[in-house]
Amino acid sequence: MSDARTAILARLRAAPKATVPDLPEWTGPVFADRLERFRIMLEAVHGEVHVIAADQWRPHLRLILSSKDVGRVMAPPELAVDWPDVVAYDRPAEALKDQLVDGIDAAITTACGAIAETGTVVLRPDADQPRLMSLLPPIHVVLLKLSDMADNMAGLMAAQDWAGTMPTNLLLISGPSKTADIEQTLAYGVHGPKELIVLVLS
Amino acid sequence: MGNDFSSRAHDALNNPQLRRNFRRAMDGLMSKRAVQFADRDDWAALRARGAAIKARALARLPDLLEEFEQKARANGIIVHWAETTADANSIVLGILTDHGAKRVIKGKSMVSEEMHLNAHLEAHGITAVESDLGEYIIQLAGEAPSHIVMPCIHKNKGEIARLFTDNIAGQPYTEDVDALTAAARKVLRREFAQADAGLSGVNFLVAETGSLVLIENEGNGRLSTTLPPLHIAVTGIEKLVEKLDDVAPLLALLPRSATGQPITTYVNMITSPRKAGEKDGPRQVHLVLLDNGRSRVYADLQLRDTLRCIRCGACMNHCPVYARVGGHTYGSVYPGPIGKILTPQLAGLDCAGDLPHASTLCNACVEVCPVQIPIADILVRLRTEAAQPSQAPGVKGAGSNASMVENAVWKGWQAMNASPAVYAAATRSLAVIGNLIPAAAPLLRQWTSVRSKPKFAGKTLHQLARDKGYDNE
Ligand code: SF4
Repeated sequence: MSDARTAILARLRAAPKATVPDLPEWTGPVFADRLERFRIMLEAVHGEVHVIAADQWRPHLRLILSSKDVGRVMAPPELAVDWPDVVAYDRPAEALKDQLVDGIDAAITTACGAIAETGTVVLRPDADQPRLMSLLPPIHVVLLKLSDMADNMAGLMAAQDWAGTMPTNLLLISGPSKTADIEQTLAYGVHGPKELIVLVLS
Repeated sequence: MGNDFSSRAHDALNNPQLRRNFRRAMDGLMSKRAVQFADRDDWAALRARGAAIKARALARLPDLLEEFEQKARANGIIVHWAETTADANSIVLGILTDHGAKRVIKGKSMVSEEMHLNAHLEAHGITAVESDLGEYIIQLAGEAPSHIVMPCIHKNKGEIARLFTDNIAGQPYTEDVDALTAAARKVLRREFAQADAGLSGVNFLVAETGSLVLIENEGNGRLSTTLPPLHIAVTGIEKLVEKLDDVAPLLALLPRSATGQPITTYVNMITSPRKAGEKDGPRQVHLVLLDNGRSRVYADLQLRDTLRCIRCGACMNHCPVYARVGGHTYGSVYPGPIGKILTPQLAGLDCAGDLPHASTLCNACVEVCPVQIPIADILVRLRTEAAQPSQAPGVKGAGSNASMVENAVWKGWQAMNASPAVYAAATRSLAVIGNLIPAAAPLLRQWTSVRSKPKFAGKTLHQLARDKGYDNE
């Protein structure tokens, strides 16, 4: 279809030229208490936020998982999650599909950043923490360093040079999966996780 | 249902259930949006930025398309170009056939609706299952979306409960929204696991990085673009933005305008297929860039503003016409104010020329549009183009509503007003015979069908003034 390409581009180039407007000034909001804003926004959409000392998250996670009746957990081995039944995402998805779709109760991943304004965690899935971990199991637990939290999206993008380092898939997650398609009534866990739990490591 | 806007509107207005469903939904959406943009100064600054981002991207569109294509190709995404929806359909079908794909799972995509892709695939033995809950519901009902963001907004839970009981094996009748949602999750999980390919739309294409940005709440868009071995995205050529930075203000506008959410649950930025060593994600990612008349719209500097649209749906949520007649009345994939300006330009004024008239020009849409599209001005322009085509090449079917009688009347009106003697004679004779002309007279009939015919005064304004002692000057 390179004919289509040539024809479409030729028509666009033949069109009258408009002036290229400058971008008017705009900056995202900043917050005196980022963590508080993050918590308010994420809790408002049914997310859970726990603030924990960085060296205390393993026992705390164990308590959370016990309280939720979790059986099998998926986590990358380097996190050394303390739980009786932990599996790793150690093969391509094709070989793990059945288990991923229906056999994991909770997945633990790390976040590379967070946005206070919208209560958002940012994930860069990779070979150790693939994309489906934050999508298929009904509970998703995210480990986030408080120092990785920015006020707003534009700030985080700039600080982490997203444009220069885009991975295969970059994800912004703000709460558990939800829908309001039936009479604008909110329902959680429609396709993705029913619960999103963020452990903020201070 | 009738086959023009006014007869369909008539049917819709007489459907109290439909009117209740829409009124409730629109009221909710309007108040949620209002909360998000409570600070007028923030709103003004943000939308000025959003409008400028899209206007800049359009001004540089051919360059950005090339830049995007080069980046995306370098990242391993296969880019296709389609002149028409028929071309786009055969490109998608070709990719699926090459992979031997029989089952496709779909994330929400208005461009795929524009292509009528599901029917095309079905006709070639490929099953396409919609996975967005709203789209799944209307697919079960065999209907088209009635809203670009919330496709089944016209249905209440009773109707949905019946649909599920009739179509999902073993599903008991329940109006419980959580139970209905869980039932759909179960059915669609199986579909996701079995699908040979995932199909999605795109919200923004980033030229700088060659990325596809998709937003959603349910996770079905992520599943469609992650679980199957093949991902095909379809989108219009106008979705380009220059920089990744541009995405932040646009994301601050889109979900808040659409549903009053600060952000959607998921923002999914896709820059390449699965790389060596990665364990999931599709092994191939294809992107089909569709023109379908957009480059013609682009050729007219005023009409080009139509292409800034980020498909938030705020214009329909705030439209007094849409709220009363619902989305299906428009008889086109894109309803509401954006549909009234986009559809006639894509399909032609000869096919959809009644749509620009389905407006009171109240300007509510213009006030809420996050990218400041002058919808009302474009409506007036399209009305004019239908009756008196300009020299501009931009409008398909221009002149389709031209009427010799109407043109003659306007010529006469012009001549009358240009000559004091003719004007005086004409107004004087109307003062005498005006009230004798029946309301159902041929040229008046249509106008008086919804209005009362005015009463003519016995004397003209000039005569009254002269009686009071004013001179001609
Ligand atoms: S025209 Fe404006 S308000 Fe309407 S859908 Fe497009 S961006 Fe939203």
